[in-house]
Parts: sequence; structure tokens; C-alpha cells
Amino acid sequence: MIRYLAGRFAQSCLVLFGVTLLTFFLLFILPADPARMIAGRSATIETVNRIRAELGLDRPVPLQYLQYVARLVRGDLGRSYAQKIEVRDLLLSRLAATAYLMVAGIGFELLLGIPAGVLAALRRGSTADRLIMVGAFAGVSAPQFAVGLLLLYVLAFRWGLFPLGGYGSFAHVILPAFTLGIAGGGWYARMIRSSLVDVLDQDYVRTARGKGLPRGKVVLKHALRNALLPIVSMVGLDIGTFMGGVVVVESVFGWPGIGQLAWQAIQIVDIPVIMGVVIVSALAIMAGNLLADLIYPFLDPRIRYE
Amino acid sequence: MRSRLWVLLLIFPLWLSLVPTAPAQSGGSIVVTFKDDVSTLDPAIGYDWQNWSIIKSIFDGLMDYAPGTTKLVPHLAESYSVSKDGRTYTFKLRKGVKFHNGREVVAQDFKYTLERVLNPKTQSPGAGFYGGIQGAEAFASGKAKEVSGIKVVDKYTLQITLTKPNAAFLHTMALNFAHVVPKEEVEKAGADFGHKPVGTGAFKLKEWVLGQRVVLVRNPDYFIKGRPLVDEIVFQVGVDPNVALLRLQRGEVDILGDGIPPARFVQIMQDPQWRKLVEVGDQLHTGYVTINTRMKPLSDVRVRRAMNMAIDKERIIRIINGRAIPAVQILPPLMTGYDKTYKGYPYDPAGAKKLLAEAGYPNGFSTVLYANNTDPNPRIAQAIQQDLAKIGIKVELKTLAQSTVIEAGGKGEAPLIWSGGMAWIADYPDPNDFYWPILSCASAAPGGWNWAWYCNKELEKLAEEADALVQPGQEAERAERFRKIFRAIMQDAPWIPIFHEKRYTMHSARVGGAKGIFVDPIHIPVHYDEVRVVK
Amino acid sequence: MGGLAVVVAVVVVALFAPYLAPFDPAAQFPDGLTPDGRPLPPGSRFLLGTDLLGRDLLSRMIYGARISLLVGVVANGAALAIGTGLGVLAGYFRGWIGILFMRFTDLMMAFPALILAIALAAILRPSLWIVALVICLVNWVWVARVIYSQTLSLSQKEFVEAARAVGASTSRVLLRHIFPHLWSTMLVWGTLGISTTVLFEASLSFLGVGVRPPTPSWGGIINESQSYFLDAPWLVAFPGVAILLTSLAFNLLGEGLRDAFDPRQVRNL
Repeated sequence: MIRYLAGRFAQSCLVLFGVTLLTFFLLFILPADPARMIAGRSATIETVNRIRAELGLDRPVPLQYLQYVARLVRGDLGRSYAQKIEVRDLLLSRLAATAYLMVAGIGFELLLGIPAGVLAALRRGSTADRLIMVGAFAGVSAPQFAVGLLLLYVLAFRWGLFPLGGYGSFAHVILPAFTLGIAGGGWYARMIRSSLVDVLDQDYVRTARGKGLPRGKVVLKHALRNALLPIVSMVGLDIGTFMGGVVVVESVFGWPGIGQLAWQAIQIVDIPVIMGVVIVSALAIMAGNLLADLIYPFLDPRIRYE
Repeated sequence: MRSRLWVLLLIFPLWLSLVPTAPAQSGGSIVVTFKDDVSTLDPAIGYDWQNWSIIKSIFDGLMDYAPGTTKLVPHLAESYSVSKDGRTYTFKLRKGVKFHNGREVVAQDFKYTLERVLNPKTQSPGAGFYGGIQGAEAFASGKAKEVSGIKVVDKYTLQITLTKPNAAFLHTMALNFAHVVPKEEVEKAGADFGHKPVGTGAFKLKEWVLGQRVVLVRNPDYFIKGRPLVDEIVFQVGVDPNVALLRLQRGEVDILGDGIPPARFVQIMQDPQWRKLVEVGDQLHTGYVTINTRMKPLSDVRVRRAMNMAIDKERIIRIINGRAIPAVQILPPLMTGYDKTYKGYPYDPAGAKKLLAEAGYPNGFSTVLYANNTDPNPRIAQAIQQDLAKIGIKVELKTLAQSTVIEAGGKGEAPLIWSGGMAWIADYPDPNDFYWPILSCASAAPGGWNWAWYCNKELEKLAEEADALVQPGQEAERAERFRKIFRAIMQDAPWIPIFHEKRYTMHSARVGGAKGIFVDPIHIPVHYDEVRVVK
Repeated sequence: MGGLAVVVAVVVVALFAPYLAPFDPAAQFPDGLTPDGRPLPPGSRFLLGTDLLGRDLLSRMIYGARISLLVGVVANGAALAIGTGLGVLAGYFRGWIGILFMRFTDLMMAFPALILAIALAAILRPSLWIVALVICLVNWVWVARVIYSQTLSLSQKEFVEAARAVGASTSRVLLRHIFPHLWSTMLVWGTLGISTTVLFEASLSFLGVGVRPPTPSWGGIINESQSYFLDAPWLVAFPGVAILLTSLAFNLLGEGLRDAFDPRQVRNL
């Protein structure tokens, strides 16, 4: 196990290296000049050039990348071009809120998706099944901004059941997490339904039922555990995706997550902040996938890692 | 004798309490919402319309504007005088003004502040405004250790000498970049000064939770007695404008920092309950399309005039729900030098087609229009696209991120650019701010903001001469000269002026203030020092 | 078979758009807006109402079907094919191929697609092919990970080991024993993916990568009208329902096809 984890750690460093390299060079291909964005409208050409020199943007790009990596290994993520404060501080200020929304969002996705999908699989072909499936598609097709705005308008503004966006208590996270749950729950419902149906149809399940084991026990013990395999993959993927920021939901609900930070940074080409967000996102994606990989053997003992 | 003295001593404080003091400050706390995070509160660096007014409440400069107006008045300077040749300004400072850390402000602080702005290490966007000070160039390029043109005559007297007279110089002394900062605090905080600002202003920074809120609290030692009028301002960031409006309607928010969201504008203005909470005013703003005068066929002035005649400005204003007035010239109505009698180019698509044919394009031609992709700019761009199509000009639309459009403009690659989202709101209320950065030969260079690449050497000379009229009493003459300059520019039609946006500020019923502070042309959205809680 | 009918209808609409649309989708009608500039709700002249520039929504939706089909079905389908292929290979062979593949997916997931899109928009001529390319580059990762985990599990099941013991070639094992069990996952991603891809195309076009205004697309209409949802809900509702119906229809079609060729049913005969 230790060897496996050590191996994964080494691979993660390589991936991180690859991501930063690609992103860095892509940012320099962008036809945008951070120095001009900072200098603003009335700046003279000399001012823009001086700012560019101060930021080190006039040096050759590979050299800039090496300098970036040299600082990165020391834990220095640089300073934001626009705000001048440390990128590390900016990211830390958003981390807790992003993680909180991630956990709550995945929670709602599972809460809405799994029971619905299981029910649909058990009552396959019935009206309930069809309704749940339409509901799943509706949730996925519904644009998040509109859903969020509607929820806020009805539940928070009109009926006053929830605060009108913001961050703080448990009440604040319910609506944004619910919006994420609607958008993602459909995937979980569909996936667990189809993999459950698959498993229920397989021969060994039929054999077990033929032996006389009651249906409920069969479902819970054998079928569900196997059907959860792709679900675990999806949760791992969601951890990574959500930690990279969900800008639409964050914008509507005023949630101080990393998504809003990334969006603003991209508009003004604030390279250190963009790089910082990409690194955080990459780390979260790898952590999420690692978690999923570690859980697989518990669901299917036949999966082994050499 | 003693007992009478005692009695007097006892009565005296009672009597004092009956005397009315200065206008009562209302106290209280107000909430302002913004979508974007406050980027920085360092006056040398902050240059977006969001932090501009907040910085004005934490810092002060030598000059300022009377609240609600564009009238320039001395602020931290008690008085000033201009030399006969118009190149030397002498400022006498107010005594007893204190920084938030308790130290008194002296002339040396202003020298430090301006040199800090000119120092390339600070990366200040405003360095260009002070390049006209003698010795500024030498200092900025590292050849000199200080700016020779800024002299500390004595503890409370500052003298600034320019290389040539500039009638807008006093306006530049009112810009945030010239707001005084304490050297010891800047050195202590280093690059973090923008998040730990220490100034002389009506408010002090109390708390800043990144990504959530900035809280300002009253400065009890502010040099203007009776200001500010509230005890605390809480800026909540990350709030979507539509949600901010809902919160204001529920009484949780006092001022919408980003204004009324376009999606709800009409409903608000038609509902009397909410309409009375909206103040309307003018801005120093023009929205325009720049025409690249160096690209064929746009280099032909007849083509540019035809394009001016093809745009239905009233329809475009309807698309933005009537929030603007049509523009026929470059300067906005509030600006000195605005020409009330100028009619500009009429809306005349038939005449436009004729003019195009005269220029040799009876069947029109193809070109590209760049625009910012934030609402409502793509819609306005599509409306322009349709209007030009009616006279035969096939426009391909590129709606891109702001930084990309700016880059294309600065490189000279863009034939047409709609300025929305990047439009010109004046840095200061003087006409030369509409000339030098965006229409002068000096700015028609790679990286400049003169996206029309317009360069008229004669007009350049006239503008320089007009800027030399610095003596009091010459304002009318200067205004007339700039009127002529801008009229001449419109003859060349490097722009299509479309509209001047009006300001709509919505506030809750519990706040109020003197007339005009909610549509103060310099302080957007409101003049924070002048707003008070009325309920 | 209702699924097939809807799919055929959408394809027909997309192909014959110029003949079916009542108005020019780019025409901005002065009477398409109220006097104070608001869009019109569904009425007698504009059957589904107008958008924020006074253009007929129905006509825009009819033309928009083209983009949405191309992006949602073709681009998403390509991403699905790539993802499934790579996921199966990595899950079946494991070892170095598997590790390399998995880290590659991590890399592609962490890669900021938006920045790639902006960069491409500036360098190349914006077109729908770039959108399709970006979608393929980005979307294959998710289905690949899920397919990988399922293939891992399947390839160690008894019937696969039995087939290998008997001497079946790799391709036969993959095709006859593994793929049939992946079909349901592929179906999920092929159908739900249509919805997310259509909405994603809107974000890409917003950044200037894909269709340029005034070309309409369902996702694009939703994107530009979202803030107006409380006052002009038809601008979000109608395209949203169109997306929903299209992906549902493909789902029904796919399930029908799967049931027709189900290996288990074949075995039962």
C-alpha cells in the first residue's frame, strides 16, 4: 500500500508539472497583455512598458516558466498582478467555502439521485420509472443560473425560508447545494439505475434468487455494492470538478468560492492567480480520483493493484 | 466669592449642553453591494470605477470637487497660486490634518506620494498623468534620485514646476494617484499596503474579509468637522446584481453598487414604490464605435460619414431600455467644451448609401466589428451590425473577452470596435482627457487606446495651445478652443458616437443625502462621505 | 419508437430550417419589442415570443437546431467514442498503459478548457469545428474514467477469464463479453451528454470560440437571456424544453436499440 501511494505521489508531481507547463504557455499565447490591463486607459506607452518590465513579462517565456517553478517548489505562488497580495492568501480565503459547497453539493446529488435511481431500477418500466427518468433529464438540461435565480426568488425572496444568498451558516449552503444537486443528481440517478438493472439481470443474481434468498436482501447485499462502482468514479470526478470552482452557482448565490476568483482573474489575465487556481484544481482532481481508486477494492474485491 | 465660583462652574457645563453643535451626524451603518471583489485600496494603484470612490473616502488630495458637482476646489491645500508663466504651482497646506495613525501631514508627504507614483517599482497606472512635472522623466528612468520639479519650500508649503503649462494640472492633483500616503505605513506594509490602507480620509479600514466584505468605519479626527455622516459602511462583494436588487427590496441592502440590473430596469421604473428610490443623473460618458482610419476602405472620410448616418441611435437606446441619450459628438453634455448647437450627422440611411456610392462602394463592403462579450454589448453590437447591413456593409461580429478586444485595438488589427464595457468615462472633468489618451497623435501608437488611429497634427498643435491657457479667467476661451477642436474631429468622423449613458442609482428608503450625491459625477455610485441614514 | 419519431423530427427541422422558419432569424423587428424595449411574450404574430433584440424566437430555435444537433450529437458522440475506447483499453490491459492513461486523464481534467478556448478563438478563425474540437478534448475524460472502472471490474469476472482460458482473442473478448455491459454507461453519457454539451457550447460561443452573433443556438439563446428569466421566462423555457426533448428522444431511441440487440435476450432464445 505504501509503495502504491508513493508511486501515486510521484505520478501526481509529474502531472502537476505537465499542467503548469501547458497552462503557462497557453496563457502566453493569449492575445492579451496583463501590463496593459493593469495600466488602464490613460496610461502612456512608457508607463505600460515600465509595468511590463516590473512584472518580468518582457523576459523570454521559458525563463519566466523556470522562475515560476523555482518559486513554486518553495511554496511561493507569487502575487496577483491586479491586487498585489499573495496568491496563496487569495486561495486560502476561498478554500473553506469551496470545500464546504463541494461536500454539500455532492451530498445533494447523491441524496436526490441515488434513491430515485434505485427506485426506478426496482420498478423498471413503470410510470414511476419513466417520471424519474424525465426528471433526471430535466434537471440536467435546466440551466443553473435560471434554476438558482428561481429558487432564490421563490424560496428566499417570496417565502423567506432561506437567506438571499451569502455565506455563513448552514442555511446559506442549502440552496446553492440544492441547485448543484438538481444539475448533477440526474447523472447519478441514470447511472445507478442502469448499472443496477445490469447487475440484477446477471446470472449469479438470478441464481441467488433461485436459491430462495429474499429479493430485498439480494438487492442490498450483492447488487448495490457492484452497481456503486461507477458511482464512486463519478464522486471522485465531482470532488475534483467542484473544487475547481462552480462559477455559475457561486455567482448567483454570492458564494465566496474559487470559481468567482478564477473567472475574474481570466477576464484581466491575472496570470499568477490563474496559475494558482489551476494548481489547486489539479491537486483536487488527483485527490478525488485517488480516493475513488482506493475505494474500488472494497466494492469489488477482485480488483487488485499490482 | 468661592461659593459663587463653584456655582458658576456647576452651571457652565449644563449651559454648554444646551448650545446646538454642528449638524448632527446621523450615525448608523449602511450596506453597499458589488459583484466583483475590491481589488486594491492603494491610491497609487487602484484604477477601476469600483475602488475609485472607496479610495476617495480613505484618502485625500490637495484638490477635490465640491460634492455632487464637477467644480474643482482646494481640499488638503488651503490655497494655491499659479506663477505668471503658468508653469509653477504653489500650494499652502492646511495645518493639523492627521493620518489615521495620528501623525500630522506635511509637505514632504506629498513629495513622497508623487514620487511613489512615478517610481516604476510601484507599477502605478497613473504615472503618465504626472510626466509633465519637471524631472519626472529623469526620475522614472532611474537617472535621478528625486523629482527636481517637486520642491518642499517649508513644512506646509509645496511647489510644483511643470515643463510646460497644462490647464488640466489641478485636475490631476485631484486624482486618486495624488492622494497623500504616509511613508512609514507604506514601508511597513510593503506590497500589502493596498489591503492595509492608511490615509487621511473620512473613513478608516476596519475589516477586510477577502471575497466577502470590506468594512469602513468613521474617522473621528477627520479634518472636515461633521463628516462623514454615517458611522460605518459595509461593502459586500460577490453579490450578483439581480440578487442585490432582491435584497434591497427586502431591506437588507442600502445601495446597489453595480446599479439596477438591466433585466429588471423597466419594472423598477414603472413601479411607483421603487421608482422613488432611484436617482437619475448624467455621467461624463460617451459610448462610441471607433473606425480604424488606417484601413481601407475606412480610410476614406466619406465612408466614415456614411457609417455615421446609418446608425439608428434611438432604436439602440430602446434596446437598453432608454437608459441613455443619443450622442452626436464626442464630449458628453456635462463636460466643458460640449457644443449645444452641434447637430452632427443625421440618421439618413438613403443619404448614407449615396455617400458610399460616391466613395466607390455602391454595393458596400465587408468588415469586422469587435465588441466586449458582457451584456448588453453583444446586443448593441448586433443592432449596429443590422443598421450597417441596411446600407450594404456586411459586418462580421467578434464578441470577445475584454482583454482580447483591448489587445486587438492596441495592435491596430480591429477595423471597428464598439466601446461598450470599455467606454470612456472621463478621469477628470476636463475636455483634454477626451483628447490626449484616445484621439491624439501621441496615443496613435501600438499599445495605445486610440483605436481609431486618428492623428491630425494641426489639431494636436491647437490642443497643446489650448492646454497652455492656465490663468483664471481664461476658462471660457479654452472651452471655445476645445469646442472647435472636437467639431473638427467630428468632420473627420473617426468615431461613431452612439449614446451618453445616464446614471441610475437605486438606494433604500433609509438612506438619503444632499441633492446630487447619489449621482455625483466623480464618485460612483455615491459620495460615501455625504450619505446619511435618515430613518 | 416515440424516440425515433422525435429524433427524425428534429433532424428534419434542422435540415429544412430555411423553409420552416416563419421569419429571418437575424431580423430585428422594431415592433418585436415593447416601446420600452422589452421582449414580447408568445403571441399571434411571434408564436414563441421575441428575444431581447426583437427577433422571432421560433425562427431562431428552428435554425438553432442545426448547431445543437451538430454539437450535441456529433461532437458529444465523438467524445464518447474516444473516451470509451481509451477507457476500455486502459481498464483491460492495466499495467503501464493503465497508469499512463489515468494520469493523462488527470492532466486533461485539470487543464483549463476555458483558457484553451479563448486562446484558440484568438489564433484561429472562430468556427463550429473549434467548438467540436474543444468539446472532444474536454468531454471524453469523464466517460473514460467511469468506463475504466467498470472495465477493471468486468475483466476480472469469471466469464471473461473463462473466455480467455478457452483461447479467445483479445478483440473477441472485448467485443462479445465486455462491450455489451458497457452499453448502458455509453447510453447515459451519449444522451445526458447532449444536454450538457449544448449548454457548454453556449459558454464557448460566449467566449467567442464558436458561433458568432447573430447565428442562433439553443444554448446561446439561454445564455444571453438567463438574467431575464424572472421577466421573460419563455426565452429560457422553450430552448430548455427543446434540449430536454432532444436528449430524451435520443435516450428512448438508444434504449430501444439496446433492447433489440441485448445479448441476454439473445441468450434466452
